[in-house]
Amino acid sequence: MTPDARGYFGSFGGRFVPEVLIAALDELEKATAAAFADAAFWNEYHAVLRDFVGRPSPIYQSERYTAAVSAVPLVLKREDTNHTGAHKINNTVGQGLLARRMGKSRLLAETGAGQHGVATATVGAKLGLPVDVYMGARDVERQALNVHVMRLLGAQVHAVSSGTQTLKDATNEAFRVWAERIEDTFYVIGSVVGAHPYPYLVRELQKVIGVEARRQVLERYGRLPSDVVACVGGGSNAIGIFAGFLDDPEVSLWGVEAGGEGAGKNAASLGAGSVGVLHGSRSYLLQSEDGQVLPTHSIGAGLDYPGVGPEHAYLKESGRARYVSVTDAQAIDAFHEFARSEGIVPALESAHAIAFARILAAERGAHDLILVNLSGRGDKDLGAS
Amino acid sequence: MSRRVDAAFARAKRARRAAFIPYLMAGDPDLATTEMLLDALSGAGADLIELGVPYGDPLADGPSIASAGTRALAGGTRLRDALALAGRCAARCPPLLIFTYFNPVDRFGIRAFAREAAVAGVAGAIVPDVALEESEELRDTLRAEGLAMPLLVAPSTPRERAARIAAASSGFVYVVSRLGVTGAAAAPRFEALSVQLAMLRELTQAPLAVGFGLHRAEDVQRVATMADGVVVGSALVDAYAGSRGAEAARRVTEFVAPLIAAASA
Repeated sequence: MTPDARGYFGSFGGRFVPEVLIAALDELEKATAAAFADAAFWNEYHAVLRDFVGRPSPIYQSERYTAAVSAVPLVLKREDTNHTGAHKINNTVGQGLLARRMGKSRLLAETGAGQHGVATATVGAKLGLPVDVYMGARDVERQALNVHVMRLLGAQVHAVSSGTQTLKDATNEAFRVWAERIEDTFYVIGSVVGAHPYPYLVRELQKVIGVEARRQVLERYGRLPSDVVACVGGGSNAIGIFAGFLDDPEVSLWGVEAGGEGAGKNAASLGAGSVGVLHGSRSYLLQSEDGQVLPTHSIGAGLDYPGVGPEHAYLKESGRARYVSVTDAQAIDAFHEFARSEGIVPALESAHAIAFARILAAERGAHDLILVNLSGRGDKDLGAS
Repeated sequence: MSRRVDAAFARAKRARRAAFIPYLMAGDPDLATTEMLLDALSGAGADLIELGVPYGDPLADGPSIASAGTRALAGGTRLRDALALAGRCAARCPPLLIFTYFNPVDRFGIRAFAREAAVAGVAGAIVPDVALEESEELRDTLRAEGLAMPLLVAPSTPRERAARIAAASSGFVYVVSRLGVTGAAAAPRFEALSVQLAMLRELTQAPLAVGFGLHRAEDVQRVATMADGVVVGSALVDAYAGSRGAEAARRVTEFVAPLIAAASA
């Protein structure tokens, strides 16, 4: 679905930003429309995805993880095999090419766990564009390896010491810095969040996951999946794979949020939050009764965000997708068990989807097919798990 | 209530000076101090006062006001506290404008906010993350309660859009002096500002008030020659940061005296 002229998916989305950014968003919206209508843009995007990222990523049928509980085929979309180890690079390649088309000379990004920062730094290095990454001071400490990689790739990493010193505050700071530098700087946002056109732009760039997966599953199994499962923080990997199946009403879509340590200590914006405005769009968020954004918790740093993309809010309200949550403990169990039974170390974020897939598998049989987006690999999580 | 905003600008204009519009963060560091600061600013001759509502994720604010918000939130200040404070002080203060981000208002309820602000005697509201396209419901609701809602124009705003913003704005047009957020990173670009103000003059009869990054008396004096109002926020917040009560009031009085003189020069 395409958002309306004001950037709304149903009643979610829009543009709640200071006036100074409106002109930059208008410029981006026009450039996005022009690029998306230009076959040359897509040709270059797909060529880079093929030769630099390693797409198409394969699908792979799990052999042992759910075998004891169900005969249902569990099929993984292997975004963990991408260059830089996650789905994030699909988006940064597209936004980097768009930045170059627009004549912008610098890239700006926020990052939480550092995966989007690394993916932006990678594309900046490839395109010869300097990159500034804003990252919460606590995340800079917790994710030292990714900080090192970003610096190795030539990016400047700026620690943000305001607020909770995590992704929310890094995003605030990225918006502020962008407001000063709109003339020469492209803000590469890392998920399907932010003001219009970002949720749409990022969705279109992650859609490749779902388009490939649908074709691959049909080719190999001759039928569509019964269920598609993906973890949801801001929601870009989930929107990416869902986008391939939105027009197939027989396919159930499941978003798995971070249940953290339970009530009051989680990052399940759709399950435990309420409607409000954060980072430029109306969606669900974890907020107090006064409308202050609440601190969040998840073992999966990439899910540790109080908001969620507006299109997910729309899919929840319309009933097209269902959203559930998995706790830290369940995700860690899945992380270990999946590694031992499949020979794949998943990202802790992806482990949330894997944990839920096994619960779902118990209710499914051989005639069904569960497709899970394995959004990233888990090397970054060895310290946390 | 919004008539009081018009009257404040008219009075300053008759005195051939720019309106001086200071900004305070409600509850920084506590509400009793903010009440004393409102009295200090009234006594010093402020023409209008922006009363900030603390918000944890202020996208339009630099470190000074963001930190003031953090201090006020630590003290437990809420939107309803800012409205109650306004209610206690409005009768003895120049017109008060609530400066708040949208989410606390949305959560409070737009209609409830407009009604309670009107009951408190507030003259208007400035909501920096509600730009023209998202402003209609809030504008209409505030207007129905007699409250002004000044909208912002930035250096990046094209002329045609500025005309629509000026038409939708009430009380005055809030002119952002430069790209970026509140606070004094760099001096304003006066040449560009003067071109922008001249363009806005052609588009609207409404008063033009300039803010973001003004802190030195010479900046205030220069802007006062070009615009109808001057907003000083971050620098004022920094002037009383770390103090409270009478000491904070003394610092504020001392800090604004030369700025008010500069606005009148």
